[in-house]
Amino acid sequence: MNNNIAIQFDGVGKQYRLGLVGTGSLQHDINRWWQTTVLRREDPYLKIGEINDRSTKGHSDYVWALKDINFNVEQGDVVGIIGKNGAGKSTLLKLLSHITAPSTGRIQYRGRIASLLEVGTGFHPEMTARQNIYMNGSIMGMTRHEITSKLDEIVDFAGIERYLDTPVKRFTSVMTVRLGFAVAAFLEPEILVVDEVLAVGDAEFQKKAIGKMKDVSSSGGRTVLFVSHNMAAVRSLCNNGVVLKNGMIDFIGSANDSIDHYLSDKNTEFISCVKVQDNQRDLCFGRELEIVEVSTETDIIHMATDKPIDFKLRIKIHEHNIKKFTIGLHVSNLQEQTVGTYVSEIFDVPQGVDEFYVNTKVFDHNLTIGRYSTHFNIGLKDLETGNRDYDVIHNIINFEVVEFSEGKPISLWLNQWGNILYRNVEVNVLV
Amino acid sequence: MNSKDYISTIEPKKKWLDVDIKGLWHYRDLYYMNIKRDIVTQYKQTILGPLWYLIQPLFTTIMYMFVFGGLAGISTDGVPQPLFYLCGTCLWTYFNSCFIACSNVFAANQGVFGKVYFPRLVVPLSSVTSNLIKFAIQLAMFAFIFIYYLCFKDYNADFGFIKDYGIAIGGLLTIALPILLTFMVGMHAMAWGLIITSLTTKYRDLNMLIAFGVQLLMYATPVIYPLSFAPEHYRIFLNVNPLTPIFEAFKYAFLGAGTFDVLSLGYSLVTLCIVMFLAVILFNRTEQRFMDTV
Repeated sequence: MNNNIAIQFDGVGKQYRLGLVGTGSLQHDINRWWQTTVLRREDPYLKIGEINDRSTKGHSDYVWALKDINFNVEQGDVVGIIGKNGAGKSTLLKLLSHITAPSTGRIQYRGRIASLLEVGTGFHPEMTARQNIYMNGSIMGMTRHEITSKLDEIVDFAGIERYLDTPVKRFTSVMTVRLGFAVAAFLEPEILVVDEVLAVGDAEFQKKAIGKMKDVSSSGGRTVLFVSHNMAAVRSLCNNGVVLKNGMIDFIGSANDSIDHYLSDKNTEFISCVKVQDNQRDLCFGRELEIVEVSTETDIIHMATDKPIDFKLRIKIHEHNIKKFTIGLHVSNLQEQTVGTYVSEIFDVPQGVDEFYVNTKVFDHNLTIGRYSTHFNIGLKDLETGNRDYDVIHNIINFEVVEFSEGKPISLWLNQWGNILYRNVEVNVLV
Repeated sequence: MNSKDYISTIEPKKKWLDVDIKGLWHYRDLYYMNIKRDIVTQYKQTILGPLWYLIQPLFTTIMYMFVFGGLAGISTDGVPQPLFYLCGTCLWTYFNSCFIACSNVFAANQGVFGKVYFPRLVVPLSSVTSNLIKFAIQLAMFAFIFIYYLCFKDYNADFGFIKDYGIAIGGLLTIALPILLTFMVGMHAMAWGLIITSLTTKYRDLNMLIAFGVQLLMYATPVIYPLSFAPEHYRIFLNVNPLTPIFEAFKYAFLGAGTFDVLSLGYSLVTLCIVMFLAVILFNRTEQRFMDTV
């Protein structure tokens, strides 16, 4: 291993078996044992298995949560691991932090690894904060002596001095997280693995935590692997990035390039007529009414903030005794946050036909510049009978708002301003 | 050693006997903290607190006196019933709690094990030790009642080894041997417990067995009856149980009841070594992948 490399992934893969543990898996276990231990062959189940795409129904019980992962991390690097849910980020960190062994390949690393897969691990609710600092610290591999010498700093960082001798069960969840992060922040490993700890905690504490992580990497020359959905945090913390997609490496580069790659890849397709596939659908619903096709006549690549957008849904009737329905529309942004929702009133299902169309037109979408995706559902949202869905489909038509309407005085939009542009606002200047 | 230069490798399969001794030593403070946690948190928010350590064997003893001594009329080899039952109960409670704790290591700790790596053997080792502290407290109570019987009940102390080897050597044996025996009980509990926990991460059938199996095992061990009470043709089965000679010798040391047989103790020790060796290998192989199946 090269001298300035901190972590080296070498053809690493991790296979999981889906489904329940039972007699079926016992049969496979016996076969595997027979093949590998007795006949000294390769594990037969490592040859099969599919890439991990959660939404499609696969043909094999085995999936590769990670496959053929090859990359190096240099010492002092702060690497952001980005990817959708299910891309393999957490599995990667689990392998690295020894929690489970890989199925293939090899990982080598230099020095001590500490992982913050979730802060506050091993906290016992009945013990006081002080005892838990020792407990948590020793789980992470610190010695009592080390913890004692840093106790004041830890308490100070967490800001819980007053509660030092109170049982942790009396703490709010934010206080517990603060305490947990504080202990971990004063570990001094050569490699720090962080997963989503910043998702909790108040804004002030998040700032503190990010500052601390920056300190760790810049002053100590230590290596940090950071997994987060928070692109702003990745951008400000990391210098390099790795994009994972379906368990494989999709992109390696600088943090900014990786984020851009990740964001653009998600919405490469602007198709104005979409035949709905099973992988775009929540399969748990009965599809008594099924949305089979969605199309639009709007110029979805060049939308303006004040132009309407229309959708035409083709709906197939599978269950003719359904008489009424409502249509729902959600719009989400690139961060996969839903930014707007429309729920229609109740309509009658046309009788005597097998399929029908629903036209919708959103006049005031109020969305600012950016890329969006749409999600539809057909069901019955009724005050009396409750909420029922027949079919729910996701990420159907993507569109991009690229220009502000004419005559508006703004020409730029900052990320932190959100996604909604208020357009009907009255302002009066009074003397 | 500068840890910066130390290269670790993570691979699909570990070697058979790749036990991380160095890691265990490094995590000795975790061992200590685990023991502290067990002791500190067990009787939180109770009024009697650690007194419960004493109440449990005391009540058990009273119940045994009633059922086995009174109703069934099982002999205690001339030893006062409270002393006989308490002696056996204390040691059995120690075995029982160690075994239950160890046979549940993976399932009970999956929350922590799923997030942080440390040598997993720390956990069973610390629960065996923290139970040892409880055992010591209970044994102190036994000593207290023993003295009470000497002073007020005209009980003639009958230490088996002092009777056999005189006060000097016998006295030494009476102190040293029970320590060794207790250690053996703890290690037996841990070894069998580790095997159970390793075998039950994926298929939990064995869990169903041990739930009542431990209770049955108590009756297959001379805890509440002396081995001499068992009919000759059953004794062979009792002698297969590696716990039998330990319990017999333990009672022999303090109460003079029971048997002390070097050969069968040797059998117990050899069994212990073999089982422990297998248990550690099995545990070690299980720990690297159990999170996927538990």
